[in-house]
Amino acid sequence: MTRYVIAPISEVPPGARKIVEVAGRSLGVFNIDGEIFALRNRCPHQGGPLCAGRLSGFLQASIPGEYVYSRPGEVLRCPWHGWEFDVRTGQSWFDPARTRVRSYEASVIPGTALPDQVNSPGLGLVQGPYVAETYPVSIEEDYIVVEMPG
Amino acid sequence: MTALSTRPAARDRTKLAVIDCDIHTAPATKQTLGKYMPARWRQHHETFGPRGPGGAHYPRANQDAARTDAWPPSGQPPGSDLDFLREQLLDAWGIEYGVMNPLLGAGGQLNLEYGAAHARATNDWQIAEWVDHEPRLRASIVVPYEDGSLAAAEIDRVGDNPAFVQVLLSIRTSEPLGRRKYWPMYEAAVRHDLPIGIHFGGAGGGPITGAGWPSFYIEDHAGMPTAFQSQVISMVTEGIFEHFPTLKIVLIEGGFGWLPPLMWRIDRAYTHLREEVPHLQRRPSEYIRQHFWLTTQPMEEPPAGEQFHQLLHHLDMNDRLMFATDYPHWDFDAPDQAFPTRIEPPLERAIMAENARGLYRFGQLGR
Ligand code: FES
Repeated sequence: MTRYVIAPISEVPPGARKIVEVAGRSLGVFNIDGEIFALRNRCPHQGGPLCAGRLSGFLQASIPGEYVYSRPGEVLRCPWHGWEFDVRTGQSWFDPARTRVRSYEASVIPGTALPDQVNSPGLGLVQGPYVAETYPVSIEEDYIVVEMPG
Repeated sequence: MTALSTRPAARDRTKLAVIDCDIHTAPATKQTLGKYMPARWRQHHETFGPRGPGGAHYPRANQDAARTDAWPPSGQPPGSDLDFLREQLLDAWGIEYGVMNPLLGAGGQLNLEYGAAHARATNDWQIAEWVDHEPRLRASIVVPYEDGSLAAAEIDRVGDNPAFVQVLLSIRTSEPLGRRKYWPMYEAAVRHDLPIGIHFGGAGGGPITGAGWPSFYIEDHAGMPTAFQSQVISMVTEGIFEHFPTLKIVLIEGGFGWLPPLMWRIDRAYTHLREEVPHLQRRPSEYIRQHFWLTTQPMEEPPAGEQFHQLLHHLDMNDRLMFATDYPHWDFDAPDQAFPTRIEPPLERAIMAENARGLYRFGQLGR
């Protein structure tokens, strides 16, 4: 596993997302009320750009006419055919056991814990797209870090 | 007459050729089509606008029924920006030829003369803004199909232009399509040796299901094959294929999983009821297999792979299935992911490109 620095947290405020290329893969990083989640930006159905999809809530009705609308902003709908995925787990709504999008461990770490714009194998931290975009690392900021194989 | 190159640049030979039989191009603005109308109809178009029977349009889950990533950066509607369509569809998938099926409403107009003007404008616009700029695209002749002679006149007006590869109707019409009011249109199509493509959708004025008006879009969408079934039955039993033995029909976006049991049922009925339709010389399924082509998207996907192969076996129309994406609509099929199971390479090649190449004669007749 390698940990990639994605972006300062201020770039992905609650409710926002950022789509980035990391290690040859396109990822979507989402901020849900301060919690960070990372999903592969490729839909398991036909390969659509899933992370560019609309975020909405779960609408359920246990019987016709009784609706429960929950978890607004936590359900990602693929731009192509509208399959729904739980941003927290990558599981699809209709077939959670078998149909899921790859999700990655994401966390937030203080700028002081970051290497100074260089790869630091000892720390297991690699310059992600954030540093590649040549913003200086600031010790006042917190940073989003995603763990990926390779 | 438009000059067309016979074949676009050669594709990577290791990849499968792809011909897309269902692309929905759209005008950039409400004014776009008006530019292709004479002043009399442009004024009508801007002052009154379209009016068809209600019911065609249950609100889609997505605006313009489009993939949500199909809105071009130019801010124009999905399917209206040629550069973006090249990037997101033609180049992205290496599509060799694409057939445009613009669904802009000419055919369903209650004001038939306006419908005819709308159809002429739609056809001229397809050439001027699409085919003239993109050699991979071909056009469909939009017609005011509820009036057989107006439709025939439009087919005669543009039918010799090789940029047009078929006549386009919608599957929900005012009367079943075998009825005689539509025959002048078939006669014209045969005169120009053009297939009749019939696409998902439309409104003829009656309830959109045989059981009345449903509540939900999902019923409209999932129930659409019933309209296709009624039309196939009508066209066969009215005897149009006896009258027009070279007429070819393409069913677009209607699926095909329902067709084998329909053939079983109607062949069975024919053994009892042949006397009612003495103009039929052959079993209904024989007309169907001879005169119909079917596009793939969206295809019925049985839960197990071998069931899909059984379905193809029951259908027995492997030379009639033609791949389509339905771009930019929400139930788009990606060319590399369209089949629910693995298909043998020769059949895959036939469905992905060769059946359409044969039917539309791409690379021949100046097409
Ligand atoms: S590709 Fe995502 S829902 Fe089909």
